[in-house]
Amino acid sequence: MTDLKFRTYTGVSKVVGPLMVLDGVEGIGYGEIAEITLPGGEVRIGQVLETTTTRAMVQVFRGTRDLDTELTQVRFRGEPMKISLSSDMLGRTFDGSARPIDGGGPVIPECIRDIYGAPVNPSAREHPRDSIQTGISSIDGMNTLVRGQKLPIFSGAGLPHNLLASQIARQAKVTGQAEKFAVVFAAMGITYEESAFFIREFEESGALERAVLFLNLADDPAIERTITPRLALTTAEFLAFDKGMHVLVVLTDITNYCEALREIAAAREEVPGRRGYPGYIYTDLASLFERAGRIRGREGSITQIPILTMPDDDITHPVPDLTGYITEGQIVLSRDLHMKGIYPPVDVLPCLSRLMQGGIGTGRTRADHAEVKNQLYSAYAKGIRLKSLVAVMGEEGLTTLDKLYIRFCERFENDFIRQASYEDRSFDDTLNLAWNLLSLLPMSELKRISTEFISKYYRGEEKA
Amino acid sequence: MEKKEKNDETEMSEEKNGVIIRVTGPVIEAEGMAGSRMYESVRVGIDGLIGEIIILEGDRATIQVYEETVGVTPGEPVVRTFLPLSVELGPGLVGTMYDGIQRPLQEILKKTGDMIERGSSAPALDRTKRYMFYPLTKAGDMVREGDRIGCVRESVSVNHYILVPPGVTGTLQSIAKKGEYVITDTIAVLDTGNEKKNLTMIQRWPVRDPRPVLERLDPIEPLMTGQRIIDTLFPLARGGTAAIPGPFGSGKTVVQQQLAKWVNADIIVYIGCGERGNEMADVLEQFPTLKDPRTGHSLSSRMVLIANTSNMPVAAREASVYTGITIAEYYRDMGYHVALMADSTSRWAEAMREISGRLEEMPGEEGYPAYLSSRLADFYERAGRVSLIGSGGHEGSISVIGAVSPPGGDFSEPVTQNTLRIVKVFWALDADLAYQRHFPAINWLMSYSLYSKTAGIWWEEHIGPDFIRMKQEMMEILQRENELEEIIRLVGPETLPESDRLLLLKAEIIRESYLMQYAFDEYDTFTGPEKQYRMLKAIFKFFEQAEHAIDTGIQVSELRGLPLIESFARMGTSSPEEEETLFNSIERNSETIRNMRAGL
Ligand SMILES: Nc1ncnc2c1ncn2[C@@H]1O[C@H](COP(=O)(O)OP(=O)(O)OP(=O)(O)O)[C@@H](O)[C@H]1O
Ligand SMILES: [Mg+2]
Repeated sequence: MTDLKFRTYTGVSKVVGPLMVLDGVEGIGYGEIAEITLPGGEVRIGQVLETTTTRAMVQVFRGTRDLDTELTQVRFRGEPMKISLSSDMLGRTFDGSARPIDGGGPVIPECIRDIYGAPVNPSAREHPRDSIQTGISSIDGMNTLVRGQKLPIFSGAGLPHNLLASQIARQAKVTGQAEKFAVVFAAMGITYEESAFFIREFEESGALERAVLFLNLADDPAIERTITPRLALTTAEFLAFDKGMHVLVVLTDITNYCEALREIAAAREEVPGRRGYPGYIYTDLASLFERAGRIRGREGSITQIPILTMPDDDITHPVPDLTGYITEGQIVLSRDLHMKGIYPPVDVLPCLSRLMQGGIGTGRTRADHAEVKNQLYSAYAKGIRLKSLVAVMGEEGLTTLDKLYIRFCERFENDFIRQASYEDRSFDDTLNLAWNLLSLLPMSELKRISTEFISKYYRGEEKA
Repeated sequence: MEKKEKNDETEMSEEKNGVIIRVTGPVIEAEGMAGSRMYESVRVGIDGLIGEIIILEGDRATIQVYEETVGVTPGEPVVRTFLPLSVELGPGLVGTMYDGIQRPLQEILKKTGDMIERGSSAPALDRTKRYMFYPLTKAGDMVREGDRIGCVRESVSVNHYILVPPGVTGTLQSIAKKGEYVITDTIAVLDTGNEKKNLTMIQRWPVRDPRPVLERLDPIEPLMTGQRIIDTLFPLARGGTAAIPGPFGSGKTVVQQQLAKWVNADIIVYIGCGERGNEMADVLEQFPTLKDPRTGHSLSSRMVLIANTSNMPVAAREASVYTGITIAEYYRDMGYHVALMADSTSRWAEAMREISGRLEEMPGEEGYPAYLSSRLADFYERAGRVSLIGSGGHEGSISVIGAVSPPGGDFSEPVTQNTLRIVKVFWALDADLAYQRHFPAINWLMSYSLYSKTAGIWWEEHIGPDFIRMKQEMMEILQRENELEEIIRLVGPETLPESDRLLLLKAEIIRESYLMQYAFDEYDTFTGPEKQYRMLKAIFKFFEQAEHAIDTGIQVSELRGLPLIESFARMGTSSPEEEETLFNSIERNSETIRNMRAGL
C-alpha cells in the first residue's frame, strides 16, 4: 500500500443504499477500510468496493442512515479490515463488528489479523477423520459428523433448528479424547429471542465460558452481516490453529447473510443472477465455508454448523442450493416430521455427510456402521415409497413383505429418529437400535450387509 | 524470465509499464498499455500479482488478476511480460499438485506456510532434480516438430519423451549422452537453417492455444472404467467426451475420482475447479496408496493434479481448465492416452460469469456471457483421438469427463444444455437415487452414450459374443420396469400377471446387484470387463431358468425368497478368491430352479 496513509477527506459525492461514493480522492486501495465520521460525531466503518484514480466506492457496514454529503468525514486507514485476537475472548460477547457488548473492556490483542484471511493451501489440509458423537441417532448413525467438517442444517421457518444446533453443541464429543474445545457463535440477523435461547443453552451446559459470541441481531444493520461471520471465523482460526483448540462454529442464519449480499449487489446495480442474488455468491459463501477443516501438523480443528432457513422450504432455492454445493453434506429438517411431533425432525433421505466414510468403521465407531447405514437408507426409502402407494390406494394388494417395510418405516421414525432433546445416545446405542429395526425385515432383504455382520447382530424376524 | 523473445516488434522500449486506474475485485484497468497483446501475461501492482489482459481498447487494458487484489491501488504499475499466459511443460509434472496458473502447491507450502500468501511463487518444475536422460536420436539426424529426441524416466509409471517443440524443425548438431541432467540443461542443439537452437527438457506453451496435431481420428476403443453401469450401458471411448451433471451430493466427485483411479489411461489430469479443499487433500492422501490394477504402481505416479478450490482466486479458477488441458495435450503428444477430469465445469463457467459481470459485459442467459457456449465447445474440442505431428505415425488421445453442477439440479440451465450439445456421453445423476443411496446415482433412463456401438463391437471381439444381446435386454427390462411402475401407481400391484412380476424381479436384480456399485468397498470399487461379463452371464442364466419356472406355474414370490437372490448382491463385493465359488454356486442354484415344483 502507498505511504499516503491516514488520508482524510470531508464530504462525499453520493450515497445510495449501503454505499457511498467519494470523488477527488487519491491512492485508495481496493478493499481498504474507511472510518466514517458522521456529522453527529458517530464513527462507522466501511470498506472500499471499487477504486479508480480519483473515486472510491465504499460500503458502510452499519448503514448509511444519517450520512450527509457535506460534513461527513472519511479517513482511509490504508489497510484491510482486521480484528484483534486473544484467548481472553473466550467467554466474551461482541456485536456484529466485534465491539464488546458485555460491559467488558476492549480485547488486549495477542495478534491482529486480516478478517478475510488467505486461502488454505490444499496440500496443507489434513483430511478430517475423527468422528464426533453428537448423541443424535439420525446424525451419528446415518450422517456422522467429523471434526473439521462443514455440515449445515437446512431448516425452515418455525422448525427446531436452534434446539438441534444447541443439542449438538452440548453433546458433541470425540470418544476417548480429552480436549480443549471452544464454541464460536455468529448471529446474523436472528431475533433477540433466538440469540437469548442460544446464550441460555450455552450457559446451562457450561459452554459459555468457552464460547465467543458475535451478535448481529435482526434490528442491527444488514450490511454488517457480511463481516460478522468473517470476524467469527478469524477468531475460530486463531483458537484452532494458534491455540490448538477444537472449535465448533455455529453460523446463523446464512439466508440473512445472503440477503445482505443481495442488497449490496442491488445498490451497485450489478446484473442479478438467480432470484436476484449476485453471480459471485457461490465464491463468497465458499470463502466462509472453506475456512473449516484441519491443517496437517496442527492440533486444533474448525467444525462448522451453518444454519439456514430455506425460503418456502424449497431446497432448490439458491441459498440452500449453493450451500449444499460447498459444504460437506447437510442435515435437512422436515416440516412433515415436525407436524407429526417428531423431534429432531430430520429428513434423513436428503441428508448427507460426505466425510462420514473416513470417520466410521473399525477402530472409529463400529465395523458394521457403513453397511448398516446403507441398509437403513435403502429400507427407509423403500418404506416411504410404499407408504405413498398406500396413500393412493390403501393396503390391499400389498404383500406381506411390503407391509413389513411400512412397519419398519414407522418404527424407524418413531424409535430411531425421534429422541428427546436431552437424550444422548452413544454410537453403540444408535447401531443397536438400528439392528432392532432391521431385524423386523427378513434376513434375505439385508442385501447391503455382509453375512458376517448379519450373523453377529441380526436378531431374526420372530424376535422383532 | 526470457523477456522479448523473437516475436516482439522493434519500437518497444525495454520496460514499458502501464498504470492502474481502476480496481474492482479480480478485475483491474490500466492505461499506458499501448502495444500490449490480448491475453498477454502482466504483473500487477507493487506486489507483482499475476494477471492477464482480457480487453484492449486504445492504450487501456482490462486485466484479470489471478490473486487477491485487496490493497491494490490506482497509480501502481502494471509490468508487461510480452508473453501469453503459459505453462511449463517437462519432467516433474506427474505427482505434482498445481493451482490454476500452475504454481506448485507443495512447493508454495514449503515456502510460505499453510496459507497461500499473495505474490507467492515457485517454478512449476523442479530445477534441481536430476533425471536419467536416454537419447533416442544422434547428431546429424533430421528431426521435426513433435519428434522424440530422448526420454527420461519421470516416475515408475511414466517414460517422459523429450519432444522437439511444435514449430521447430532442423538437424541435430548435438545431443546429450545418456546421463543425469537437470531440466534446464541443454540436451540438444538444433540447426534450423536460420539459427542454432538450444533445446532443454522444458517447453512453454500458451494455455489458451491447442497444441497442433496431424489429424483427428474417430474414437474406436472403449475407455474402461471398472464402473459397471458405465462400461456396460453408457461407455466412454478413448478420446471421447462425457458430461456428468447432477445436483449437489449426487456423486459427481465420487464418479470422477473412481474414473481417475480405475480408468485404463496412461496419464490422469485431475482438475479440482472451484470445489472443496478437503476433496483435494483426500486425493493427495489416498492416491499414493492405491495401486493401478494394470501396472501395480501407485496411482499418483501417473497423475497431475490441478487444485484451484472454491476459496482460491476466481480468475485462476477460470485459467485452471486451460492449464489442465494443455498439460494433457503435452502427454498426448508423447503418444499417451490421457484422461482428464474437470470437477466442476460449472464453477469454471461461473468464473467466466463473474469476470464478465465485472467487465459489465452484456449478459446472456442467466447472466452467463454470450461466449459461454463457444468456450465450452473449444475446451471439449481439445479432447480426441489424434495422430501426432512427429515422425513415426504415433497416436495419442485425450478423454475428457466434465462434471456439471446445475443450480437446483435443473438440467435445463445454460451450462448443462451447452455441454450436452457437445459431449457424446451423458451420465445423468439423479437425486432420488442418491437419496436411496443407490450409487452411482446414474439414471439409466436418461443417460446415453454415442460410443455404445463401437464399444459393443469391442466387447464382442475381446470379451464375449453375446454381450450386445444381454445389454439390450437389460435396457429393455429397465424400461419396461418404468412402465410397470406407472401402472402400479395407477391401479395397484395386485392386477399384475406373473410374467410382469418376474420382470420386476429381474429389474430389481439388475439395479441392486449390477448397476449399484459401492465405491468404498475394496472389491466392488472396480469390476474389470471379464468379471462384468461373468456377472451378466450369471444374471441372465437365472433369468432364463426363472422364465421356465414361471411357465410351469411357480410363483414369483417363491423365487424371491430363494437364498440365490441374495447372492447376486454379493457378486460385486466378492474377492477374486471368493468369486469362483460364488459364481459356481449361483449357476448351480439357478439350475435347481428348473426342478422346483409349483406350490412347494
Ligand atoms: N459410487 C458410490 N459409492 C458409494 N457412495 C457414493 C458413491 N457415489 C457417491 N457416494 C456418496 O455420495 C456422496 C456425495 O457424492 P459426491 O461428493 O461425489 O457428490 P457431488 O455430486 O460431487 O456433489 P457436489 O456437487 O456438491 O460436489 C459421497 O460423499 C458418498 O457418500
Ligand atoms: Mg463434487
